[in-house]
Amino acid sequence: MKYLQDIGSYFLMLGTVFSHPTKGSVLRDLIYKEIDELVINSLGIVAFISFFVGGVVAIQTALNIDNPIIPDYLVGFATRQSIILEFAPTFISIIMAGKMGSFITSSIGSMRVTEQIDALEVMGINSLNYLVFPKIIALLFYPFVIAIAMFLGIVGGWVAGVYGGYSTSEAFIRGLQNDFITFHVIYAFIKTFVFAFILATVPSWQGFYMKGGALEVGKASTTAFVWTSVLIILTNFILTSLLLG
Amino acid sequence: MIRVEDIHKSFGKDHILKGISTVFDQGKTNMIIGESGSGKTVFLKCLLDLFEPEEGRIYFQDRALQDMDEDEKRNLRKDMGMVFQGGALFDSLNIEENVMFPLRMFTKKKKDEMLDRVNEVLSRVNLENVNKKFPAEISGGMKKRVSIARAIVNNPKYLFCDEPNSGLDPRTAILIDNLIHEITIEYNMTTVINSHDMNSVMEIGEKIIFLQDGEIAWEGDKTQIFKTDNKSITDFVYSSDLFKKIRDIQLKEG
Repeated sequence: MKYLQDIGSYFLMLGTVFSHPTKGSVLRDLIYKEIDELVINSLGIVAFISFFVGGVVAIQTALNIDNPIIPDYLVGFATRQSIILEFAPTFISIIMAGKMGSFITSSIGSMRVTEQIDALEVMGINSLNYLVFPKIIALLFYPFVIAIAMFLGIVGGWVAGVYGGYSTSEAFIRGLQNDFITFHVIYAFIKTFVFAFILATVPSWQGFYMKGGALEVGKASTTAFVWTSVLIILTNFILTSLLLG
Repeated sequence: MIRVEDIHKSFGKDHILKGISTVFDQGKTNMIIGESGSGKTVFLKCLLDLFEPEEGRIYFQDRALQDMDEDEKRNLRKDMGMVFQGGALFDSLNIEENVMFPLRMFTKKKKDEMLDRVNEVLSRVNLENVNKKFPAEISGGMKKRVSIARAIVNNPKYLFCDEPNSGLDPRTAILIDNLIHEITIEYNMTTVINSHDMNSVMEIGEKIIFLQDGEIAWEGDKTQIFKTDNKSITDFVYSSDLFKKIRDIQLKEG
């Protein structure tokens, strides 16, 4: 019963987020701030993880190929497919559920605890629009983060493959170009947009409706991470079945 | 002026407000006092429309809150200023931006005009050279003053304060009380203060409502409070020996 109430409350929240908009000039500044905090500030960790995971994917693929009939370009091919189809859109999003999600929940939760949300309401401001809408708009830029993750993951695979002596540059690049299906990239970005919406709204919901003090802010951040991850995994399954199945 | 008629508010089976009726006059500091759990905060939040009473009506001038549509309520809220117990300043904004916030939201003033007004109200609450500091960098008393500055920057008709001097040293608490009192007269606002600090009550209580168990147990002003024989309020006010002695002196002096 509680889950049904929570689902209802989440969708009611979404309705309020898109009603009674905040003044345009204020909203514009909030969107810039959110782009900086959520998107730009995530680039460093995303670049680091993508580069090294790309390298690991290339090395593991190469080490598991010992059959001479398997073509030498498979390392590049497997790296590209793993990074574009799953690693960049899905696993980076789960990592972002921890980074961005806990940031969103704790910042909104702290505002709830310190009556800052009440202050907005008393002033006649739609606090959900003020707090959540700029995050949704800012995360429309999230696919750029994922594009960078795709690029750096493949670069990481190439560096590890070539300089580790597991593949030649020519074979790796041939693998990247072999059997390239444009729709796979489109599929990855469709997923990314959906994940971005989940990343912006689920942690916001957790933070906005939390009750209690500082301890509960921490608990809400953990719960937000769990639910955001679960929803990303479930949505990933559904979208993959629909788009590729 | 705010007129309250027979408001009731419950949470589940807990009947918190049990038919409160009163009038808060314009240009006066109206105080709601009472023990913890007496319903003061719930009453204040009903006045602020953060809680909706099940029964009763709250009139702002002659217009009932319950008859207003969402747009009217939003316009009414632009005429309200609120000083929260902890200040409720926005952590991500500096002091200047915090005070400027209502102006940015609700006026079409240019940046220079807004800045002039911000400096004017900050100076009115005796705060200077703090514009670029963040809330975490100033003291509790300064936060309360910034909160008052933010509440009055847009010339509100109604000022609400929730425990405005809690957590402050006695000297700063008196300064804050006097500041609110002076501003109330200066801006001719209807000010409602929720407090359990008897020093505040004696200092600036022009109208005092004593809440007990969700009902008004006594109503009067700071001079009448010493003379009343109402047991509920005498038990509350004279729980301190100091106030007992003051009362004895007042009664002897007639």
